[in-house]
Amino acid sequence: MTTTDLHGLTGAYALHALHGDERAAFERHLAACDTCEQEVAEFTATTGRLALASTVRTRPVLREQVLRGITTVRQVPPGAVPLERVRRGVRRGRGLARWALAASVAAAAAFGGTAVWQYERAQDAQNQAAQAQRHAEDLAGVLASPDAKSRSARVAGGAGTLVVSASRDQAVFVASRMAAPPRGKVYQLWFADGGRMRSAGLMDPGRSSQAVLMQGAVDGASGVGVTVEPAGGSKQPTSPPVALLGVPA
Amino acid sequence: MKEPVHIGKSPSAKPDLQQLLHEVALGDQEAFAAVYDAVAGSVLGIARAVLRDHAQSEEVAQDVLVEVWRTAPRYRPDRGTAINWILTLAHRRAVDRVRSVEAAAARDTKAALLEHQPAYDEVTEQVETRLEQEQVRRCLRTLTELQRQSVTLAYYRGLTYREVAEALALPLGTVKTRLRDGLIRLRDCLGVTA
Ligand SMILES: [Zn+2]
Repeated sequence: MTTTDLHGLTGAYALHALHGDERAAFERHLAACDTCEQEVAEFTATTGRLALASTVRTRPVLREQVLRGITTVRQVPPGAVPLERVRRGVRRGRGLARWALAASVAAAAAFGGTAVWQYERAQDAQNQAAQAQRHAEDLAGVLASPDAKSRSARVAGGAGTLVVSASRDQAVFVASRMAAPPRGKVYQLWFADGGRMRSAGLMDPGRSSQAVLMQGAVDGASGVGVTVEPAGGSKQPTSPPVALLGVPA
Repeated sequence: MKEPVHIGKSPSAKPDLQQLLHEVALGDQEAFAAVYDAVAGSVLGIARAVLRDHAQSEEVAQDVLVEVWRTAPRYRPDRGTAINWILTLAHRRAVDRVRSVEAAAARDTKAALLEHQPAYDEVTEQVETRLEQEQVRRCLRTLTELQRQSVTLAYYRGLTYREVAEALALPLGTVKTRLRDGLIRLRDCLGVTA
């Protein structure tokens, strides 16, 4: 589909009238097109009015069910920004090494899918936003780092790319189209040093493609592992890794 | 459940949804109850408009409202207002449901599809909603026939634009344009800014 065609899909998109592939294609375009972004925002506000006009009275039992329901539902970690936004941020000159980021993002994009940021849940809720911002900068920093090296492998039906910056001593794991973990489970990332596994955080179970800033320093780790763990993660791996990638030297 | 107490402001003063959602994102269940009170009727309303089945629309509404709780930490104010974030989610889920329900069975006939206009079948005593309905109806009338049919089939029936094209026997490109032009007219008539 040409870009001109894509510009014309704002209406269909805001009405949820696009099918899977078209929707994905348009979303990639949307992330890079300010005109469409603005139009979609306006159309979404417009369809919101159609929804408001449909307002009905609800039965009290629904309220009880929902309010009871949420007490057992764990909230997602904050912050998920499409990777394209980073590229735009770079394009707008937020001071990242443009070519370096483009190069490593291209490597990640070669596996297809829309990578997203993933932040760990901030410990201090008050600092959530600031922390998320720092994580985002760290993540972008690793990808943009001139000494970033990457290594890829098939992981859980998709692809995993490990990007390591030696100068920053940090790593990012970019997952692309990985199969969803079993219900109630999450993928957990680990640094492997010697025979020891050190937790490097959890992946978002709701997304098959994402970029995760690995928690903690690489600190001489020889490899990175991915395991399937119960929701919330484990202190030590409880299952054999679904993937092991050597840290690129 | 306590009734909300309003001191020093009119009872109709709307809670600041964005602020509430921020508190929800920090795990505040009371703030969520306030969000529920502000949006549940619209969430259920849009589900019912699309699904037209009471039991199914309640299921969808419940899913959507729990999803609002679950994903509140991901809500980004710079991407749109809190209410639109929630209503978009509600419409998306209702459409997904109607498509999965109707995927196996044959879709309604063209005639039945075209008959369907926004139902608003619930008698509402809420002045706000009545005004909103009147305005939306009035603005829908400013659309051309094809624009109005395309927009309502997509929004209220959950048809993809390909299905709209099929239902109206129009080329795909025409429907794309009608949807966009229709929304532009609606947007301007309703005075929407984003
Ligand atoms: Zn565009």
